[in-house]
Amino acid sequence: MTSETTTLDDVLDTFEFLDDWDERYKFIIDLGRRLPPLAASEMTDDFKVRGCQSQVWLIPERDADGRIRFRGDSDAHIVKGLVALMLLIYNDKTPEEILAVDARGLLERLGLASHLSPQRANGLFSMVERIRTIAGAAASA
Amino acid sequence: MTAPVANLIPFDVEAVRAEFPILKETVHGKPLAFLDTAASAQKPRAVIEAEKDLYEHYYANIHRGVYKFSQDATEAYENSRVAIARFINAAKPLECLFVRGATEGINLVAQTWGRVNIKAGDEILLTEMEHHSNIVPWQILAEEKGAVVKAVPIHDDGSLDMDAYRAMLGSGRVKILGAAHISNSIGTQNPVKEMIRLAHDAGAVVLIDGCQAAPHLKIDVQDLDADFYAFSAHKMYGPTGIGVIYGKERLLDAMPPWQGGGDMIKTVTFAGTTFNDLPYKFEAGTPHIAGGIAFKPAIEFIERIGHDAIHAHEADLLEYATRQLGSLNSVRLIGTAPEKGALVSFVMDMAHPHDIGTILDRQGIAVRAGHHCAQPVMDRFGIPGTVRASFGVYTTRDEIDRLVAGLNKVMDIFG
Repeated sequence: MTSETTTLDDVLDTFEFLDDWDERYKFIIDLGRRLPPLAASEMTDDFKVRGCQSQVWLIPERDADGRIRFRGDSDAHIVKGLVALMLLIYNDKTPEEILAVDARGLLERLGLASHLSPQRANGLFSMVERIRTIAGAAASA
Repeated sequence: MTAPVANLIPFDVEAVRAEFPILKETVHGKPLAFLDTAASAQKPRAVIEAEKDLYEHYYANIHRGVYKFSQDATEAYENSRVAIARFINAAKPLECLFVRGATEGINLVAQTWGRVNIKAGDEILLTEMEHHSNIVPWQILAEEKGAVVKAVPIHDDGSLDMDAYRAMLGSGRVKILGAAHISNSIGTQNPVKEMIRLAHDAGAVVLIDGCQAAPHLKIDVQDLDADFYAFSAHKMYGPTGIGVIYGKERLLDAMPPWQGGGDMIKTVTFAGTTFNDLPYKFEAGTPHIAGGIAFKPAIEFIERIGHDAIHAHEADLLEYATRQLGSLNSVRLIGTAPEKGALVSFVMDMAHPHDIGTILDRQGIAVRAGHHCAQPVMDRFGIPGTVRASFGVYTTRDEIDRLVAGLNKVMDIFG
């Protein structure tokens, strides 16, 4: 599970085998550690996701096919792992595909659905909202 | 007055804990270790019962009705004010204004006393360790008036730089000092009596944010000679949504009212209105009746345990936690002033405070992680935030042991 080409399916499969909460956290933290960090110059207010108690940045980039690829970072390890998970879920999709993703369903399979409420401090809700807003704007552009 | 004999006072923490129903709860399958009392304290049964008793047996609006329930509720509400005045040794109950909490109390002073007393060029002096609630109301006022907000710096151990304080008072332009009695973020206990004396010598008025002190220390506003003293019930084992701003009668009398509405008036015509006497001049609208009434059993709870016993218990916990956390190489304590309230704030290089708080939560340990609404003090130490474990009457050494074990888990996961 330490290859550079971890897929969402790998994550879902692995999570099923991890019974302990600390093993699951370690796995998420590891996902974050393998995420290439953003340059300090990229961590600007424009890319900051509001509503996260730790700092989170998401930078969208669009390729020639119109697919969106996000890069992201956080100053907290667990949250950075959640950022990595979001990128696995949403990256290299068209805006329409992004809007069709059932984020709640996926997070339920990971046992993380309870983190997907606006009141949660981890900011998962705000990240999903930001990604969907960007996709929505791209879809209607 | 006899000298405190703290170490001779029997203190049965298990008996105290038995009064707090919530402490029997489990979190993620683990017994709750509640180490976030500085944010808000849990409630003893007497407080919970007082609200229930009101709503089930004699609830009505207060200060209005001629019928029995209204009179009973009014009497209970005003008895609470009397108990609060006694608790802080105010000269008169009317000097204790009910507000939503310390934040509203500070805003009230900034918007009323400040409105008529602060002019362009005046200085509002704060300290670098203030909670945002004791910064932002003054910034709003300063913006309106063209006044200047300045902050007294703190030393590396988190104690106030008293030399700098004296020098800043020397400008001759300081109109008010706003200072925490005990810092919520790093625990420093300020020498407020001395600070107030120096401020008065310089012609300034003083507001003390007593949120973190009122649950832990014997407060005597007359001995301190504080002009204003703010505190919140919910940090004192009392209900949420109610607090008190104490003000000297002479100052409160001269201040214009803040919010208009019912209760704060004597007569109203479209030609004009005459305002009610203290404290009602500042208490517009139907107040938090249940909160006011249930504040009294919280105060009686603290008085029954006794300040000396509380202080001895919490000083032991602080000393124990400081020693235990100090033995962990990867933990760096933030705020090590000689005089401290019952909390420890710390950082670990290997993980963000939120990471640490999340891993502790999984183990049933509730701590605060973040900037604690005191960003300037975090900037002062060059950190994004801290983990804060704070203690109260019901905290045990065993819970501190669990915190240490929890931090070992953090090291296992992030190290």
